[in-house]
Amino acid sequence: MSESFTKSTARNIFWGAAVFSFLLFLGLTFDTSAKLPKRDHRENITPEVVRGKQLWEMNDCIGCHTLLGEGAYFAPELGNVYKRRGGDFIKAWIKGQPTGAPGRRQMPHFNFSDQDLTDLVAFLKWTSEVNTENWPPNIEG
Amino acid sequence: MQYQSQAVAKPYFIAAIGLFVGQILFGLIMGLQYVIGDFLFPAIPFNVARMVHTNLLIVWLLFGFMGAAYYMVPEESETELHSPKLAWLMFWVFLVAGALTIVGYLLVPYARLAEMTGNSILPTMGREFLEQPTITKAGIVVVALAFLYNVTLTVLKGRKTSITMVLLLGLWGLAIFFLFSFYNPSNLVLDKFYWWWVVHLWVEGVWELILGALLAFVLIKVTGVDREVIEKWLYVIIAMTLITGVIGTGHHYFWIGTPGYWKWWGSIFSAMEPIPFFMMTVFAFNMVNRRRRDHPNRAATLWALGTGVMAFLGAGVWGFLHTLAPVNYYTHGTQITAAHGHMAFYGAYAMVVLTIISYAMPLLRGRQANSNKAQVAEMWGFWLMTVSMVFITLFLTAAGILQVWLQRVSATPMPFMQVQDQLSIFYWARELTGVVFFTGLAVYIASFFVKGETKAVT
Repeated sequence: MSESFTKSTARNIFWGAAVFSFLLFLGLTFDTSAKLPKRDHRENITPEVVRGKQLWEMNDCIGCHTLLGEGAYFAPELGNVYKRRGGDFIKAWIKGQPTGAPGRRQMPHFNFSDQDLTDLVAFLKWTSEVNTENWPPNIEG
Repeated sequence: MQYQSQAVAKPYFIAAIGLFVGQILFGLIMGLQYVIGDFLFPAIPFNVARMVHTNLLIVWLLFGFMGAAYYMVPEESETELHSPKLAWLMFWVFLVAGALTIVGYLLVPYARLAEMTGNSILPTMGREFLEQPTITKAGIVVVALAFLYNVTLTVLKGRKTSITMVLLLGLWGLAIFFLFSFYNPSNLVLDKFYWWWVVHLWVEGVWELILGALLAFVLIKVTGVDREVIEKWLYVIIAMTLITGVIGTGHHYFWIGTPGYWKWWGSIFSAMEPIPFFMMTVFAFNMVNRRRRDHPNRAATLWALGTGVMAFLGAGVWGFLHTLAPVNYYTHGTQITAAHGHMAFYGAYAMVVLTIISYAMPLLRGRQANSNKAQVAEMWGFWLMTVSMVFITLFLTAAGILQVWLQRVSATPMPFMQVQDQLSIFYWARELTGVVFFTGLAVYIASFFVKGETKAVT
């Protein structure tokens, strides 16, 4: 870099860039916060949905599955699993784990109560109704 | 070693390398579970292996960053560290807390661990990379604050250089953004939105400042190029990092419920994220070409150049590959993401920590550089690990392309698990290259024990 471009010029550019970027990011965050209620349908977050999310976290489901594309890539996407399989299938599936099929990927058994399963399904149903700009591309997730 | 208190960096570096070994072992377990699904089930389910793999990565990099700061700050500030005792105390606190957390993951079912650690009081667990019990997270904050207090006071009482300024800014940013890990709203969309303030603003934000500072320090030392020139580069690089990386967070806001305009902001700004990484590569090669001395530690120079190249490939090129919204619509959450994650973390952060260790460790052991024999062994470690990481990335990319095609693009999309069966050849290839990586790591560690003639520090 040329001699006329000094270190203090570079430092000023850095501080300008840092402040500008964070302010712009904060501005976009405020705008997003205002627009989110219409997209996440938070009015539908019932106590079941809240408990479902807690169960989701307490059992580290994200350690194998993706949820809206984020998580581990070992097991199927669950953001749209409610639409793909429906609530009854999800409950039966979780109860039936692990399959024990030799050589196949195994899901642990979690000893959920019926209420737990209802809560989890409520959480997955609410998640499937978030406006995700039509992601995933198809029902297979 | 110019200041006695720099010695405290040594245990941090040793711990970093030890945890690195653990990370790779669990990576090999997971890699095998991808093809032999019930391997070690139910003793170590996949999610547990993954938590251990990713959490060990984060912890060993943090050990590396802290060790780097303890080594660099006294030398840059031209004064002894404020409190070596506090640094030693925090070393043991962090190591024991980290070890207990990992043991907790392995010995107790996760839900039980959540109960035992009182997760219901302030639920923060069960989110990717932030799986640590809330009490561990609080411990991380305490260790980080004690560490920052220690290095900041050292900088304040001594010479202030641009390198320590940038390093401190990065480290303070790391601590501040980690605080968002305590915010876990019931609304999943909000949860995800702010989760990225930890994850993205770490690795594509403030951590890059730390990376830049470490690289600049080592380059000054091994090339003897004028500090003014190197620090000017550093400022320009990190300016580009923040210009592109902060709004670039938007590339995570395409499909999680956030407004559609993020597709534009995220695509455009993150498409420019390779620029600072490319500058880093040019910077490293440029400085080495203009070197004013031939430092006897050639291994450290190799690591510094390697960091530039691999960070650009892994974070820059492989990031760009799937960052544009129309592409990401198909690739989001597939093996393409995994491919990028592996080479980016290795190329940028693992390698820069290994760079500073390569430079500082001989000095901490009382010599300018290791013997020629030891350096040759270390370079074998470098090449084995780096080349196998390139192949791990290529195999995962191939798996990802096939996965995207079969599951997302095809007119008759196949279910997830059927697609996974089709990818097994690539998963096997990845696992084999993973074994080569582990061999490289073993050679790297062995290089610390290779003797030979060395020159004492003059």
